[in-house]
Amino acid sequence: MSRLLRTAFLAAAFLFLGAPLVIVAGVSVNAKKRLLFPPEGFSLGWYREMLTDAAWLKPIGNSLVIATLGALVALSIALPLAYALWRRRILYARALYALGIAPFILPPVISALGFLIFWSWTGHGGRIENDILSHGVFLVTLPLVTVSLGLESIDRAVVEAAATLGADHRTALRTVVLPLIVPYILSGYAFAFVLSMNEYIIAYMVAGFTVETLPIKIFNSLRYGYTPVMAAVAVGFVALAALVFGLIGRFGDLPRLLGAWAPEKR
Amino acid sequence: MTEARADRAPLLSLVYPSLMLAAFFVVPFAIMLAVSFYHRVEGGFYEPAFELANYRRFLSAFFLNSLGFSLYLAALTAVICVAIGFPFTYLLTRLRRRHQVPWLVLLLSVLSLSEVIVGFTWSVLLSRTAGLSNLLAWIGVMPGPESWAPGFAAVLLGLTYLGFPYTVLVLYPSLSRLDPDIPEAARTLGASPLLAFFTVIVPGQRRAILAALIMLFVFTLGAYVIPQVLGRPQHWTLAVLIADQALYQSNLPFAAAMAIFLMLVSLGLVGLTLRLGRERTQVP
Repeated sequence: MSRLLRTAFLAAAFLFLGAPLVIVAGVSVNAKKRLLFPPEGFSLGWYREMLTDAAWLKPIGNSLVIATLGALVALSIALPLAYALWRRRILYARALYALGIAPFILPPVISALGFLIFWSWTGHGGRIENDILSHGVFLVTLPLVTVSLGLESIDRAVVEAAATLGADHRTALRTVVLPLIVPYILSGYAFAFVLSMNEYIIAYMVAGFTVETLPIKIFNSLRYGYTPVMAAVAVGFVALAALVFGLIGRFGDLPRLLGAWAPEKR
Repeated sequence: MTEARADRAPLLSLVYPSLMLAAFFVVPFAIMLAVSFYHRVEGGFYEPAFELANYRRFLSAFFLNSLGFSLYLAALTAVICVAIGFPFTYLLTRLRRRHQVPWLVLLLSVLSLSEVIVGFTWSVLLSRTAGLSNLLAWIGVMPGPESWAPGFAAVLLGLTYLGFPYTVLVLYPSLSRLDPDIPEAARTLGASPLLAFFTVIVPGQRRAILAALIMLFVFTLGAYVIPQVLGRPQHWTLAVLIADQALYQSNLPFAAAMAIFLMLVSLGLVGLTLRLGRERTQVP
């Protein structure tokens, strides 16, 4: 495509992706308690309210706890599964891998309803640990995919060299394999963490009436009128995602993580 | 001796993942399947039974209407997203890897945003006081600011925003593996860049495009917040009705029946995608 057309198209896409974020950022610094753009006056008061008002601090805390531990649960399931599959591609491990991918591909409302019925059936409804476990299982896909990619990228000759030098599987895992896949483990965890922070429908159906997460708080606020604090929270979400993925992009191989296999040919 | 014991390690390491996935994924789905056949008792409870009443109720005009709307909305969104997303991804993958990274960071950041946040930001962008129309009126293109939400166009726009980064990431693997010599050869043979794109690249990526359409369709079927925030009640999708039946009408058996139906549709479509792209590595 001609250069001009290409630049125009990319610029339009950039505008489309960026426009809502710019407007919300503008709204969040309004001096008045109204959603205005261009903003009238400048104030960081809405950010202060977000970080001091218990009505916002509590959901922020809940979301952080659920995302931190939920992503850990996801990683704890994904790591041994990906390792087993890498060692031996037996049918059972492949089926388990497919099962780990499934919840993420289906419309999330299906898993959400499954979790809702399950937790009320156990008689253990409305607890924060239900959110943690549900998110953990729902988000297994992300570390599963990244860790598998990491393991695939290891040169088998390196592992064989370790075996020749007398390392058993356990030693090879600890001294060769794990250090090589640390970036992939970290990115898998980060992906799951960010998505758990943003997840709404599962958190809402599992324990939405007792454990208020940040997305639930925002959705509830949408019904009772907008405040600029919501815009401040939205900016916080964008900043968190940009920070996490920016770090992965800076220190990891993002194109490769997202499936660009072939080496760059220029 | 050591070798034989070590060889069991992969199997042993499967024990914990198996237990977790069985307890917290397979069991909930099995219970949901069972409940979809249960009998509803007034007051929010259900009792074990085997009846098809819940599935039959789904066949009423109201729910079929909503199903039809959900499918239509998902199909339309998928077509729009792929129509914009395919040329975009093609251009993206032609950039140097180093220059692709900031784009990928932006796309992932938007993709990871909660549907709640996207719905909120677009409702602000389409509003009268802070929105686009406000800016257009300010520079004199429009006589005065007006509100563009709620409405069908707003829902479609919000879902396109949600689906666009997903489209790019679904298409990214196959387009980034596209041999740069192919468009080059078309150019050498005298095709203009645009002609080469439409006659060589697009037909060559038929499967990837079809797979992306299906994945986007399933992705959009799950939309829950956007239709409520940016639409009117007639724009509510099946996902909204499922949650509504479960939480506010306390009719879990009926909600379960609808969820099972939605799952079968989605699984069928995903199965089709997997068949289409068997030789390619799948990326969720």
